[in-house]
Amino acid sequence: MKGKFVAGGAVIAAALAYMIYAGVTQSAVYFVTPSELRAAPVVGKAYRLGGLVQPGSLRWEPRSLDLSFALSDGKATVPVRHKGTPPDLFGESRGAVVEGSWTADGYFKASLILAKHSEEYKAPHDGGTTLGKDLIRTLQGEGRQ
Amino acid sequence: MTRALGWLAAIGLGAGLVMAFGVAPREATQGNVQRIMYLHVPSVWVAYVAFAVVFVASIVYLARRAERADHVAHASAELGVLFTGLTIATGSIWGKPTWGAWWTWDARLTSVSILFVMYLGYLLLRGMIDEGDRAARYAAVLGVVAALNIPLVHFSVYWWRTLHQPPSLMRPGGSSMPGVIVAALLVNFAAFSLLYLYFLAKRVRLLQLEAEAAA
Repeated sequence: MKGKFVAGGAVIAAALAYMIYAGVTQSAVYFVTPSELRAAPVVGKAYRLGGLVQPGSLRWEPRSLDLSFALSDGKATVPVRHKGTPPDLFGESRGAVVEGSWTADGYFKASLILAKHSEEYKAPHDGGTTLGKDLIRTLQGEGRQ
Repeated sequence: MTRALGWLAAIGLGAGLVMAFGVAPREATQGNVQRIMYLHVPSVWVAYVAFAVVFVASIVYLARRAERADHVAHASAELGVLFTGLTIATGSIWGKPTWGAWWTWDARLTSVSILFVMYLGYLLLRGMIDEGDRAARYAAVLGVVAALNIPLVHFSVYWWRTLHQPPSLMRPGGSSMPGVIVAALLVNFAAFSLLYLYFLAKRVRLLQLEAEAAA
């Protein structure tokens, strides 16, 4: 009776350990940096690529939804192309993680764009707008921002 | 005593709402979406505390076999699961407009989902064993082991590359937020902590009554 529980417990413990191990090692390299991708790019392989959107590199075509920019880690840059709308926080000099693959034409084709938020929080320049004030302004038709 | 705790929690939550929506400014980069933080961060704080309480109460139970310690561990684990669920839900709602995804498997989100599942397993284990003593003993062992997840979740953003940002408040070198945002957060920390204590007191009492009725 006791042996059964010890065996069962061991199985559960092993399963949990494996879950943690597999989960963590898989997401441990949640994204590769531009330098790492440049060092050994494999055409067609799925990557997550993370870096800073290089200032001056962002091109956005609202009609065709063509988006292109370069991701940089200070040492290497990778040109990225995407079709679609980026998240609100996406922009130049900000962090981003893109999912997609390296193409033979020398650019990264992204299927998903994620904006990486920093841990910095700032009060707005217009001096402490609260949600109450925002609501009143919106109701008065002055726009949201 | 418990009733006073409940009222204090209610007042605290009211004050927390006023701080979050009326006093704290619209954050410059994220806009109003950032206000979810006033739910998200206190929720995960309470979850950490709840699981730490499970850890301590489990050790006390294993050492002394005091039924009361087992009740505290049981009640606290339930609350931890509840507040971890709230953390994941609010984080997901924040993640969609901010990151552009409801969910992604980075180390922070992966480790917190393991934490959630482990304590669900803890509650499942308790429910599966009929004899009270044995349920308490096995649960106590799991309650000690599962606590290893807490530092894993908290430090995952330092140990691995993640999409989730590192902490802004509980971090080395002081907070990276303006004082008024910190103040709004602290009020909500206090309110959520009081709410946790209130729920814990109520649930422990209920477990005691159940145990008495069964005896």
